[in-house]
Amino acid sequence: MSYTESEVLETIRMVETEHLDIRTVTLGVHLDDCRADTLSATKTRVRDKLLRHASRLVPVVHGIEREIGIPIVNKRIAVTPIAHALPGFDKDGYVEIAVELDEVAEELGIDFLGGYSALVHKGMTPSAQALIDSLPDALSQTNRVCASVAVASTKAGINMDAVYRMGCTIKHVAERTADRSGIGAAKLVVFCNPVDDNPFMAGAFHGFGEPDAVINVGVSGPGVVLSALERLEKRADFGMIAETIKRTAFKITRVGELVGRKTAAALGVPFGIVDLSLAPTNAMGDSVAQILEAMGLERCGAHGTTAALALLNDAVKKGGAMATSYPGGLSGAFIPVSEDNGMIAAVEAGALSLAKLEAMTCVCSVGLDMIAVPGETTAETLAGLIADEMAIGMMNKKTTAVRVIPVPGAVAGQMAEFGGLLGRAPVMEINRFSSAEFARRGGRIPAPIQSLMN
Amino acid sequence: MEQRALITVVGIDRIGIIAAVTTALADNRVNIVDIRQTIVGEFFTMIMVVDLQQAVRSLQELQSCLDEVGLRLGVKITVQSEELFRSMHRI
Repeated sequence: MSYTESEVLETIRMVETEHLDIRTVTLGVHLDDCRADTLSATKTRVRDKLLRHASRLVPVVHGIEREIGIPIVNKRIAVTPIAHALPGFDKDGYVEIAVELDEVAEELGIDFLGGYSALVHKGMTPSAQALIDSLPDALSQTNRVCASVAVASTKAGINMDAVYRMGCTIKHVAERTADRSGIGAAKLVVFCNPVDDNPFMAGAFHGFGEPDAVINVGVSGPGVVLSALERLEKRADFGMIAETIKRTAFKITRVGELVGRKTAAALGVPFGIVDLSLAPTNAMGDSVAQILEAMGLERCGAHGTTAALALLNDAVKKGGAMATSYPGGLSGAFIPVSEDNGMIAAVEAGALSLAKLEAMTCVCSVGLDMIAVPGETTAETLAGLIADEMAIGMMNKKTTAVRVIPVPGAVAGQMAEFGGLLGRAPVMEINRFSSAEFARRGGRIPAPIQSLMN
Repeated sequence: MEQRALITVVGIDRIGIIAAVTTALADNRVNIVDIRQTIVGEFFTMIMVVDLQQAVRSLQELQSCLDEVGLRLGVKITVQSEELFRSMHRI
């Protein structure tokens, strides 16, 4: 036989008991040729183009799923940042575009559509301003549209006017979806150094240097990595742990590459990248926090957690980079609270605080993700939280993001329920001292010396 | 065009598993290239490499057909394109 029994059974075990899946196949589509003279003509062009490129996406992915026998969980679309691809509308115009995008996504059976976005890291155009103003309406009236706003980069510094505006916007979005624990805010990400080819939501958008249409794949596998580490003997040192994670990441990434290439070929579009991110789910054992605990920490959040996460993130990248010629996106480990049972348990046990999570974002792949805070948290405090996270990304030349939900009416210690993929999150304690004067100061925090790379 | 797949059968051992699976494959004109079978404890494990060149059904349809056989026998039958194993385990 050309394959050994252990190889075949390893693959079966990864899928059946360790939750290996392809988390998302995301079709990126340019919309910058869709701007027409009127709003209604623009909407028609957007609809036509998305239907033309994406109508076969869901059936094609279903076919590949059956053929190789690995679950492919989400089918998604990312479009060029709307504020820039379709400029010149007012707030109401952008809301109409969001509703149109939502309808198309539903028609096509797409789970989420990302790219209702604006890039304002250095300054704001009237279109970007209108799009940001439209977010409370757009996100409360749609189910599948995801939004992101870039407010900082290593090259440009931090646009503090935009940071404060996003603090206020997140509050409004949460209040407009108060009946559902403020879920609107879970579809809104604030970015520093966002990437053009990230297939994961809510932060996916189709960057301006990308082809007209492209397939990007996001692979997941915390459960597989966790099982591999649990099979190691207790005395295995960190070299062994890193080696084990690398080998596992390699295999997982190869599956992603296969799915990406097959989907791209079937749809007749180029294959973009594989994003190897360990993205946890609420399934038992599919947890990044538990991987860190498997390295010997009593609870995620204990001293040593940041070092463990750094090792994990780096080993995942090394293994993934050997497995595909086109690694990309955010590749690394995600540390969302609401989607990871280990993180939730760690917060409930008092082991994991917001301050520790912030420290962990220095070495994770994205940032403060799916974190619920008390409903009475002010816009200024949120702005302070965002500014801190943007500073970490800016100084370290990495992507960082904030996806935080001020749950209306909730206080620290309660549990916010979002349902479905978004899970549930313990409402975390936030620093009670004011950032108001800081947040209202405005202007731009200058780019650091690291930006002068030429 | 050559199209090969791996079929794995896992479950509690009983009389007739091999007969039922191979009959279903023959009915669909699927050629068995290689076969390996072990029993660990009371668990029956069979791994087959099959060739689908002359098959009368697509791989997806074959999976549905074998799902029914598996349900009848109380075992789990998985059909996966060989491409998966090649990309995962062979550089």
